Amino acid sequence: MTEPIVSSPQNGGAAAGGGDSNAVEIRKLWTVFKSPGREPQVVHKDLDLDIHRGEVLSLVGGSGTGKTVLLRQILGLEKPTRGEVSVFGAPPAELSAAGAAKVGMLFQRGALFSAFNVLDNIAFALRELKVLPDELIRDAAMVRLQMVGLGPEHAHKMPSALSGGMIKRVALARALIMDAPLLLLDEPTAGLDPESADDFCDLLRSLHRELGLTVVMVTHDLDTLFDLSTRIAVLADQHVVVTGTAAEVMAHPHPFIQKYFLGGRGQRAAQALHEPSSVSGR
Amino acid sequence: MLDADQPRLERPSADAVVVQGCWTALAFSSQRDWKALAAMLAQTPADLPEWDLRPIGQLDHIGGQLLWNHWQHRWPAKLEMSAPQRAVLEQVAQYTVREPQEPRPTPWDYFLRFANRGPHMLETARRFVTLIGQFVLDLGTMLRAPHRAPWRDISGHLYSTGATALPITALVGLLIGIVLAYLTSQQLRQYGGETFIVNILGLSLIRELGPVLAAVLIAGRSGSAMTAQIGVMRVTEELDAMRVMGIPHGFRLVLPRVLALAVAMPLISLWTAAAAMLGGMIAADLTLGISPGYFMQALPRAVPLANIWLALSKSAVFGVLIALIACYHGMRVLPNTESLGRRTTSSVVISITIVILVDALFAVLFKGVGFR
Repeated sequence: MTEPIVSSPQNGGAAAGGGDSNAVEIRKLWTVFKSPGREPQVVHKDLDLDIHRGEVLSLVGGSGTGKTVLLRQILGLEKPTRGEVSVFGAPPAELSAAGAAKVGMLFQRGALFSAFNVLDNIAFALRELKVLPDELIRDAAMVRLQMVGLGPEHAHKMPSALSGGMIKRVALARALIMDAPLLLLDEPTAGLDPESADDFCDLLRSLHRELGLTVVMVTHDLDTLFDLSTRIAVLADQHVVVTGTAAEVMAHPHPFIQKYFLGGRGQRAAQALHEPSSVSGR
Repeated sequence: MLDADQPRLERPSADAVVVQGCWTALAFSSQRDWKALAAMLAQTPADLPEWDLRPIGQLDHIGGQLLWNHWQHRWPAKLEMSAPQRAVLEQVAQYTVREPQEPRPTPWDYFLRFANRGPHMLETARRFVTLIGQFVLDLGTMLRAPHRAPWRDISGHLYSTGATALPITALVGLLIGIVLAYLTSQQLRQYGGETFIVNILGLSLIRELGPVLAAVLIAGRSGSAMTAQIGVMRVTEELDAMRVMGIPHGFRLVLPRVLALAVAMPLISLWTAAAAMLGGMIAADLTLGISPGYFMQALPRAVPLANIWLALSKSAVFGVLIALIACYHGMRVLPNTESLGRRTTSSVVISITIVILVDALFAVLFKGVGFR
């Protein structure tokens, strides 16, 4: 497998302006879900997390530890009960004003607009600017379509006619259309066959290298995790237990981490990490 | 006023172009900057030999695309740029293709589409008849083994389509009753036939307006909900999941809804008629001085009991039709939002139309029943 990606300051990394090196800062965040007649459910408790510019950070945690909720809070789709989230030094609510130019999100199930075809889905954010000529927008969307490994023949298909892997790719193309400096991915490789998942990792790696994106990724796929992440953050006991490189995280004694990474699947994936020669064709 | 980030071109000599500013989607999103840039590009011939991209602050794929399109998909003779810029431009160059063109429909295609309408309508009729047939079969299954019937679903739908519809139907009924009584009282007073208001209100509200008004309200309220509910189940593959578990859609989805509405509809229509009578009674008291006591006394003489039976049976038929049409459209939703919207609309429009048609049919068939 390839080396962990070195962040490049060109392009996206500097795109948002501002001098500090963190793309996202989360301070003392609490998330409590209240429903009438039930115990309030504490999902995050005093959670702190810094996401540096140009890195690929993977969020890891058991089911129901609030990984997706955290992504939604970074996007400003949900408000934390307490605490602060800032994205490029501003509260996430201001993100929505800049929209697709600041942040791209790949939703777990794609969330393609079912009334539009593939090309219109990808072009949507650009078209909404109402500035650029249609021809340029279409060309740009076609380029994105092929960057994610889909041929031009898919451009006029409707989302309902696409397979799961294709939906993921189109959704990624849509998230990338504005070259936003921050890309959030929710389970990018879940539901893909190993071949597509590998392609997807290669694609993300090359995009990250060329565009200098900051990528935040929620994943359960250990291969993807070791393959792409520059850092890993582990969510357990309602906060971030440890952040660091794969080796640092795996050395942590927390029982969840020991079970997660040092179980059979984790060891196999980690072995592949240490023996690049064992995987051919990369 | 020139901002350093504004994308622009400079021409130091006749053959050379220096590209400056931020060439990103974000920079292009300002209408003013974009217009200025488009004008500059229009004045710059595509085949100038020397381009210098190095002063560009940022170049993203949209900016690259703009340059590449301006160069008419050819590299300029002399191009100065940094490595990351080259990477972006090379990617754009590699992947720029013509968008595949859809063949335009010919008149023959239009004709075929038009000609296909006949078979399509037949197919729709066949499907609807199948749905009714399936419903009758399911009803038979249920009567043979009542302990296996979806009673819980039936009672749930009875509540959601019946009990929760009571406030709105009462309000609409009451207001219609008041309006009708006010209008007729004006006319009746001219002829001195004030007491006939009992006959007019009694017959029209109980026999016609109560059932039709309730059916129209329920078609809009519960029919649309049924279509949307089943339609979303189609979109989220819940229908397929049910089929895989061997649970027939007709028995678990259609039957409870149809039965619940068949029971709820007559009750709602009586309730609506009662509310309308109350409104009429109040208005008659205020405008004509006909006391509620007299009204109640005169009502049984003016409206024979047969009218109530007619209204009840009519409403049961309306209920069955509304639920069947709603379920039919719900089952036919395709997995996209547009189809869901269209099907919900047609479910409501068609069921209201059918209710009024069937009401006319009842009026003709039972013209000798319930009059004195």
